[in-house]
Amino acid sequence: MENASTGAEGGAVQARSTMRVTLEVNGREHALDVQARTTLLDALRDRLHLNGTKKGCALGQCGACTVLMDGERVNACLVLAVMAQGRHITTIEGLRGGDGLLHPLQRAFLDHDGFQCGYCTPGQIMSGVGCIEEGHAGSRAEIRQYMSGNICRCGAYVNIVEAIFETAVGTRP
Amino acid sequence: MSGLAYARAASLESATEVIGSHRAAEVIAGGTDLLQRLEEHVLPPPLVVDINGVEGLRAIEVDDHEIRLGALVRLNQVIESAPVRDAFPAIVEALIVTASPQVRNLATVGGNPLQKTRCLYFRDQSTPCNKREPGSGCGALEGRNRINAILGGSEHCIATHPSDFAVAMAALDATVLVVGARGERRLPFTELHRLPGDTPHLEHNLAPDEVIEGYRLTRTPLARHSHYLKVRDRGEFEWAICSAAVALELDHGGRIADARVAVGGVATKPWRLGQVETALQGRQATAEAFAEAAALSVQNAVAHGDNAYKLALLPRTIARALTELRERL
Amino acid sequence: MGAIGKPVARVDGPAKVTGTATYAAEFHPENMAYAALVHGTIPRGWIKSIATDAAESVPGVIAVVTHLNAPRLPWKPVDAAPVDPGEGEQLRPLHSDEILFAGQPIALVIAESQETARAAAALVSFTCVPSDGAGLVFDRARARPPSDGTRESYPAEWERGDAEGAFASAPRRIEGSYLQPRLFHNAMEPHATIAAWDDEGKLTLWDKSQWVDNVRDQITRNFGLAEDEVRVISPFVGGAFGSALRCWPHVTMAAMAARIARRPVRLELTRRELYTAVGYRPYTLQDVKLAADEDGRLRSVIQTAYGLTSAYEDYGEEVLDPVGMLYDTMSARTVYRLVELDTNTPTPMRGPGAVTGVFALEMAIDEMADAMDMDPLEFRLKNYAERDLKKDLPFSSKALRSCYETAALRFGWEKRDPRRRAMHDGNMLVGYGMATAVWPAMQAPASVRIRLFANGTAVVRTAASDMGPGTYTSMTQVAADRLDLPVERVTFELGDSSLPMAPVHGGSMTMASVGNAVAAGCKKLRDDIARLDGAEDGEHPVETLMRLRRDSFEVDGAAEPGAEAGTHSSYAFGAVFAEVRVDPDFGTVRVPRLVGAYDGGVIVNPRTARSQAIGGMVQGIGMALMEAGEWDDRLGRVMNANLAEYLVPVHADVEELEAVFVESEDRIFNPLGVKGIAEIALCGVAPAIANAVWHATGLRIRELPLTPDRLLMAEQAARTS
Ligand SMILES: Cc1cc2nc3c(=O)[nH]c(=O)nc-3n(C[C@H](O)[C@H](O)[C@H](O)COP(=O)(O)OP(=O)(O)OC[C@H]3O[C@@H](n4cnc5c(N)ncnc54)[C@H](O)[C@@H]3O)c2cc1C
Ligand code: SF4
Ligand code: FES
Ligand code: FES
Repeated sequence: MENASTGAEGGAVQARSTMRVTLEVNGREHALDVQARTTLLDALRDRLHLNGTKKGCALGQCGACTVLMDGERVNACLVLAVMAQGRHITTIEGLRGGDGLLHPLQRAFLDHDGFQCGYCTPGQIMSGVGCIEEGHAGSRAEIRQYMSGNICRCGAYVNIVEAIFETAVGTRP
Repeated sequence: MSGLAYARAASLESATEVIGSHRAAEVIAGGTDLLQRLEEHVLPPPLVVDINGVEGLRAIEVDDHEIRLGALVRLNQVIESAPVRDAFPAIVEALIVTASPQVRNLATVGGNPLQKTRCLYFRDQSTPCNKREPGSGCGALEGRNRINAILGGSEHCIATHPSDFAVAMAALDATVLVVGARGERRLPFTELHRLPGDTPHLEHNLAPDEVIEGYRLTRTPLARHSHYLKVRDRGEFEWAICSAAVALELDHGGRIADARVAVGGVATKPWRLGQVETALQGRQATAEAFAEAAALSVQNAVAHGDNAYKLALLPRTIARALTELRERL
Repeated sequence: MGAIGKPVARVDGPAKVTGTATYAAEFHPENMAYAALVHGTIPRGWIKSIATDAAESVPGVIAVVTHLNAPRLPWKPVDAAPVDPGEGEQLRPLHSDEILFAGQPIALVIAESQETARAAAALVSFTCVPSDGAGLVFDRARARPPSDGTRESYPAEWERGDAEGAFASAPRRIEGSYLQPRLFHNAMEPHATIAAWDDEGKLTLWDKSQWVDNVRDQITRNFGLAEDEVRVISPFVGGAFGSALRCWPHVTMAAMAARIARRPVRLELTRRELYTAVGYRPYTLQDVKLAADEDGRLRSVIQTAYGLTSAYEDYGEEVLDPVGMLYDTMSARTVYRLVELDTNTPTPMRGPGAVTGVFALEMAIDEMADAMDMDPLEFRLKNYAERDLKKDLPFSSKALRSCYETAALRFGWEKRDPRRRAMHDGNMLVGYGMATAVWPAMQAPASVRIRLFANGTAVVRTAASDMGPGTYTSMTQVAADRLDLPVERVTFELGDSSLPMAPVHGGSMTMASVGNAVAAGCKKLRDDIARLDGAEDGEHPVETLMRLRRDSFEVDGAAEPGAEAGTHSSYAFGAVFAEVRVDPDFGTVRVPRLVGAYDGGVIVNPRTARSQAIGGMVQGIGMALMEAGEWDDRLGRVMNANLAEYLVPVHADVEELEAVFVESEDRIFNPLGVKGIAEIALCGVAPAIANAVWHATGLRIRELPLTPDRLLMAEQAARTS
């Protein structure tokens, strides 16, 4: 099935197993040749060497790979790189506070010791940013519910919830 | 054949033509189940046809009579929709307890009912499974089947249909809008899925060239009075071990004029329980009536070892869902 | 500056919150290729044929390696590392046609990209001939004592007094069987190794490891290399909990692949592979018999454990160690047995042994208290051991009484209604339960290199590891404290086998081992500088260096366990209190609150220590309520080998957690006075929760996890009996 043209004439559909994509990550465009099979996660980590986005399961089951796509949190392991073409991707490397330094949530993670090994941390932070922006950080219980797609095996949950809660309160209009 | 080919369809017509002419080709919408299968080599399709570029499938259309969901509407989009929440609360409640916020930002309402089972054997490609590999046997029947079905199984397969959304849709008499090479057709949601019988690999009644364009949901007082309850081992982020979508309409005397009950996590397809609905009709909406009717849910149920607890759990889940709903009415 | 005891923020925190901390799979040596594995499916037998041509013909595939063409490695004998089982030999990957367990790697594909390697691996086809092996059914009738090499640490039988006799004659008796399933570490970072050979035949490994020196030693022997020809680098470890103690077969395969490809190769395991490529906490069945006097004094404790091991290695653990020492019992007896299965070998998982043994013992103690109509805490206090009766030694320190008191007070234990099924919150049943926690404090030899600069900074280096507890931070504090420098001026480097020797990062002994080496090194540094010609009394060593115009000064320091080890018994202790809510219809259990108080000796950093303690509680919630490998004993596979069906706690499962460290220091055990807290934090949590579930429901469920199916079936059984 190498790059065969298939399907209806007119609305012809190009089927390809490798292709060139342009990924817009943290405001920068990257042209890449990828396989159809390549996930956004693998493209970020193995091709762009943006290691901050973590791979914990590659099945959507842990949240370590959470990034923002057009401002919404998604699992990078569940997105084909070709399908991320034309979308705005933000990873932990692109997260910044207003002063160009740490984002308030990153700072809150430091203040509340919201991690141990740090492996789930970028995913927790990106997910936390999404959670706050969606307006689902109104109470600790709500945060627990809306952060449950991010597993922390080190068990830093209560500290993470505190960090998100504090940041949400601080950024509320 | 190594790996995967990808194609983008600009219209549903071209998508249906490609999948109709390429055996085993599948459309990809949110990709949240397809990518799990690709990663684990579970029935990996050789070709995926991306329908996300198709116009007009991402809208939730609302009028006085009905609500239409386009196939590409994201699960979170439905949750945030006030009209859906108001007219079909069971659907929103089912989606809020579905997967994770991240997954729900990707996953579509078209793909959700077509996700594959979580049966442990289906998902481990090195084990026997009639659904994955017809004729190879059913690993779950006498194996680790804690999550498997007690309703609708056959000697060939007892896999549950894992969707929450589909249970609510089945309860609320949704209609599936289908597009194929020969045009459009409508299908009651309850007829979308098939029983495993001796062909567990055939899961639904869409022809090879057909795709889901969307759904229609008729606004009814019954649907407004609906509720979804999900039971699971951990607090969040798990498929149901048992769930119930229920709807009740009471008359002025507090008697049940009409009822809908569908259950999930226990059956091989989104499972309407007609006998429970009938038993509820005409009764006062009391805990006793709920329990008696709910007990009928397991009349034809068959347990297979690890999943025997569902015989106790299912009636209680239904009864609790009804009780919680009545308290809201 | 007194940095010890301060809640210093993690020194590696900024790297972790910005995504710049680099874990094993994230190094990108130039021209790297990627490997993927092919796995056998039968549990025991031989590979009859294996066809690799389809995979080889995939564009981008560099090589496919099987037992037929794999390089013959010397496999020099390994003096078993303390992390290896006492008997047997680890799987030699791609070494022969023999299959020892389902999921064993039988081929390796090397390709230009990870996707290609994975896709090609799926094209390798093979046929196998099954043969008889140890079997797949855990049957205690097949149990046997641990073999010679294992027996010493895990005695087959041990007894103090006449335990059976005392049991038979005691007025109050209970007995029960307890099951703990197979549990998986499931750290968030999958195991991964990048291997690169240089032109001189030297090997660099970037590996996920809790013990870089061990990986170096084992790979050195497997490949017949000299010690200075292998370097293992592991600056960040994304959690491990024991899974990265050993040098697993995939590390050897990564090095093999890199040699074949003649370029760096990465082998990153998938989540599913982690269930067979590394170990797990073994399925363990236990029988406990307790007997007491009418007044509640324990007369006899008899505990038998049947632990699972593989057919090719004898993995044992100290399940029964707490039995003889936790309570003041007149007599005690333990019996330890192993049951072989055709499966991969278990390995230590956080609190190995003790967590398992304490689960059964602490549930039994609770049952005994109930049988005596005594408060569970009062019963434990009544049988409080002032001395280690097992070793017949005094404890070097023991503040368990204060743990009980502190935790009970914070928890509000006095509000507990002694009757079961008596406390409610709306429709929910409420239960309170508690348990004791214990873990042997250990120390091993460790060494460090410390360089102090005249600009007032210092660098401390050792081959230690930090899988999350905060080694970087706490060691920085120890050095800052002992060198009288601000914490920001001290840098700590670890995770590199070229640095001075450090012991395994496990068993809660990093603080006692490496921490004391750092302290000793700092002292040596100060002493040596003070002895320099021209040094003046009482001045800070930095001043001396400046005045003597020396840029820097370096020493090697070391510490090892003191002689006190033979004269005292050293343990960390804890008390855990749990509140549960049980839905009486569904059998679902939630844990709104856990309170733990710990005697872990001196706490170097209360902030990271608290994180470690509450992290243990979270894992304990998992162990109590949801975690279990679902073993198919026809196929020899764990069926739920992912993170969606092997459930671990998520945010929604965790509400209030409180960890308190009681006043404690153990200067007899070591100069820093630390005992360790990593393992103790998990110990006792599951039985505390299980005891609370009993209190809430009246159902005594002796099998973990306490999932709705178990509760509902137990309820049914209780109703029919
Ligand atoms: C970690 C995790 C947890 C989850 N938990 C839950 C849960 O608790 N409850 C629950 O219900 N679900 C759960 N899901 C499943 C998730 O909801 C589904 O994967 C998702 O809804 C599928 O939609 P999709 O658009 O991503 O489908 P895709 O993955 O794109 O496709 C799935 C299937 O549907 C077909 N398909 C897609 N769209 C169409 C269409 N318009 N017409 C015809 N065929 C189509 C595809 O060909 C494919 O066969 C979970 C998923 C993950 C990853
Ligand atoms: S229950 Fe169905 S899906 Fe599961 S193993 Fe049997 S055939 Fe396969
Ligand atoms: S790596 Fe994407 S969710 Fe686990
Ligand atoms: S910090 Fe280790 S997994 Fe969350």
